[in-house]
Amino acid sequence: MTERSENIPNTEPGAHGSKNEILLEMENINVSFYVQRGVIRAVKNLSLTIHKGETLTLVGESGCGKSVTAHTINQLIPMPPGKIESGSVKYRGRDLLKLKKSEIEALRGTQISMIFQEPMTALNPVFTVGEQIADVFMSHQKMKHQEAFSKAIELLDLVKIPSPAERAKSYPHQLSGGMRQRAMIAMALASPEPGLMIADEPTTALDVTIQAQILDLLSDLKKKINMSLLLITHDMGVVAEMADRVVVMYAGSKVEEADVYQIFDEPCHPYTLGLLNSLPSNPKYKNSARLEAIEGTVPDLLTLGDGCPFANRCTYVSEICAEVFPQAVDLGKGHTVWCHNYTKIDRSTNVEQD
Amino acid sequence: MVKYIVKRLLLLIPTLFGVITLVFFMIALSPGDPARVMLGERANAEQIEELRQELGLDKPLIQQYGLYLKRVVQLDLGKSIATGQKITDEIKVRFPATIELAIWAMIFATIVGIILGVTSARRRNSWVDYTTMGGALVGVSMPVFWLALVLIMIFSVRLDLLPTGGRMNIRYYFEPITNYYVLDGLIIFLKTGESKFFISAFQHLVLPTVALGTIPLAIIARTTRSSILEVLHQDYIKTARSAGIKENRVIYRYTLKNALLPIITVIGLQFGLLLSGAILTETIFAWPGIGKWIYVSIGARDYPAVQGGIIFVSTFFVLINLVVDILYSVINPKVRLQ
Repeated sequence: MTERSENIPNTEPGAHGSKNEILLEMENINVSFYVQRGVIRAVKNLSLTIHKGETLTLVGESGCGKSVTAHTINQLIPMPPGKIESGSVKYRGRDLLKLKKSEIEALRGTQISMIFQEPMTALNPVFTVGEQIADVFMSHQKMKHQEAFSKAIELLDLVKIPSPAERAKSYPHQLSGGMRQRAMIAMALASPEPGLMIADEPTTALDVTIQAQILDLLSDLKKKINMSLLLITHDMGVVAEMADRVVVMYAGSKVEEADVYQIFDEPCHPYTLGLLNSLPSNPKYKNSARLEAIEGTVPDLLTLGDGCPFANRCTYVSEICAEVFPQAVDLGKGHTVWCHNYTKIDRSTNVEQD
Repeated sequence: MVKYIVKRLLLLIPTLFGVITLVFFMIALSPGDPARVMLGERANAEQIEELRQELGLDKPLIQQYGLYLKRVVQLDLGKSIATGQKITDEIKVRFPATIELAIWAMIFATIVGIILGVTSARRRNSWVDYTTMGGALVGVSMPVFWLALVLIMIFSVRLDLLPTGGRMNIRYYFEPITNYYVLDGLIIFLKTGESKFFISAFQHLVLPTVALGTIPLAIIARTTRSSILEVLHQDYIKTARSAGIKENRVIYRYTLKNALLPIITVIGLQFGLLLSGAILTETIFAWPGIGKWIYVSIGARDYPAVQGGIIFVSTFFVLINLVVDILYSVINPKVRLQ
C-alpha cells in the first residue's frame, strides 16, 4: 500500500470494465419520503446492476433521486421520513435490506464506502484527518491506535497527499478543498478490500483543475484496487471521462441505460439528448456563444402523475406520454430506453465524443 | 495562548472596578445602620454616633468609597464588623465548603444533564424525549429553596435517609485537613482505614447537591438536546456513518465533541450562577460556605463582609468564564486564541 504509483493516464472509458461478475444488483427499488405535504416518491421501480471493477455513473439533475438511490445501498436514508417501500439490494448475493443494523454497520466502510460532494463539510472539524481515517480502521478491525494511525498515513500517501505524516495531524480546516477530497477518498479506502465505492458528486464543489486530478486519482485507484465505482454526477464531461456504463435518471425513474459510447453516440431518450445538447463542448456551439437548455423545470414530485415525468418539457411529446409511463425498450447490447417516441429522436446535433 | 490569558486577566481589572463600585453603593444606599444593629435597641444616640465614627460611617459617602477602593487595591477587604476577623480570612475558611458543594452540584448536573440531553436527542419526539424535556422544564421552573425544603421533608424527615444539614456528623471528632470534607474523609480513610468521615461527608452532600444542581441540570439537558440535534444534521455525521462507525461512537465521539461548545458555555455560566444559588441552598442546609455567610452578613448589616464576599464571588465568576474560553480552543481547533 505504501508504494506510490505513477499517475497512470486515463484510458478509454469502457476499456477496464470486466463485465463478468455481478457485485451489486438493485431490483425494483421504491423509496418514498413521508412529509407534511404528502408522500414524495423519490425513487420509482429502479433496478441497477454493478459489475466487479466497473464504473457505473448515475446522471441526472438535482433532486432526480440519484443520491437517494445511492443511500439506499448503504441505508443512510433518514428513516423517518424516508421509507424503502419495496425491492431488494443484493450485494455479493446478500440482500442488504434484510440485514440487521449491526451487519450493515460492518459493511459500511469496509465493503461499501462513500465519498461526498462537499469536502468542506464532510470531514469532522474537531478531529485531525489522520484520526478520522484511523477511526475507520479501528471500527472494523482489531487494531491499536498507533497502527491505525500509521495505516492512515499510508492511505494519505496513496491518494497522493504530499508529506502525509504531517497532513495526518492537520485539522480539516487547515487543508484545501482538493486535499480534503483526497482525504475523504483515503477514508473510504480504509478497509482491507474495498468492494464498492459510491462517489456522490465528488468533484462538483471543486475547481476545474482539481476536478481533473481527483477523477484521475479515482480511476487510478479503481484499477489498482479492483473496486467498483458508483459515480453520481450531473456533469456529462465527468461521465465521458469516467463511465463504463451510464444510467440516466429523471424525477425518480430510470429513463435510459447504456454503455458510455451508446449514450454519447446514439442517445435515445429526449432527456439524454437534451443533456448532451446543453454541453458547451458540443460542436454546434462552435460559432455561437449561446448555450441551449432544456426548457421548463423539473416537475413537483408530490403532484406527479402516472405518465412520463419528462412529458411537460419534451419536444417529442405525444398524447400517451402524459398518461402512461413507457415500457422498457431493449435496443440490444445492453441499451435500454423508457420512451414512447424514441424512434423520432433527431440526433443531427449530437455531441462529438472525444 | 499565554498572551491571551494575560490579556484576559488584565481585563479583569475594569470588570472588578465596576463590581466594587456597584456593590459599594448598593450596600451603602440600602436602609439600615450597622452601628445601630450592632449595639442593639437600647443603645443611645451618643453611643451610636461614637461607633459610627469608629467605623468611618460618618464621613461623606464618596470619601468612604475612595478609602474602600484604596484598601481593596492593597488586597485588604477590611474586617468584619460582626466578628472583627479579617474578611480574607473569613473567606479562606468558608470558600472550600462552597466550592465543594458547587463542584459536586456541577458534576451531577453535567453528567446527568448530558446523558438526558443525548438520550432525548437520539429518541426525538418519542415518549422518552417528551418526559425528559417536560421534566427539565419543571426543573428549571422550580425555586431552589422550595426544592430544598421538599427534599429535606422527604429524605430527611419522612424517610430518615439523609441528614438535614451541615457538612459532617457533629458527633464525630473531625479535624479538617484541606477543608474539602469528602477529600479529607478520603485522605483519612487511606491513612487510617477509618471510613466514617468519608461516608458522612458524602451523605451530607447528597441533598444540597441535588437541590443546587437541579436547575443547571435542566438547562444543560435542554442545551445538549438542541445542540446534538443540530450537529446530527451535519455532513460529517453522514460521513462517519457511511464509514461504518458504530452508532454509539458516532453520537458520543463525533457528535458530542462538536456539540460541546454551546454546552460548555452554559456549564460555565451555570457554575457562576451556582455561587449565587448557593446562598439559598447553603442557608437551608446550614452549609457553612460563602453563600450562607453573605446571607447572615446582610442581616447583620456587616458591610465589609457583604462587599468582600460579593467581590470574591464575582472574581471567581469572571475566572470561570476565562477557563471556558480556553476550553473552547481545546475542543474546537478552529477557535484560535489571540
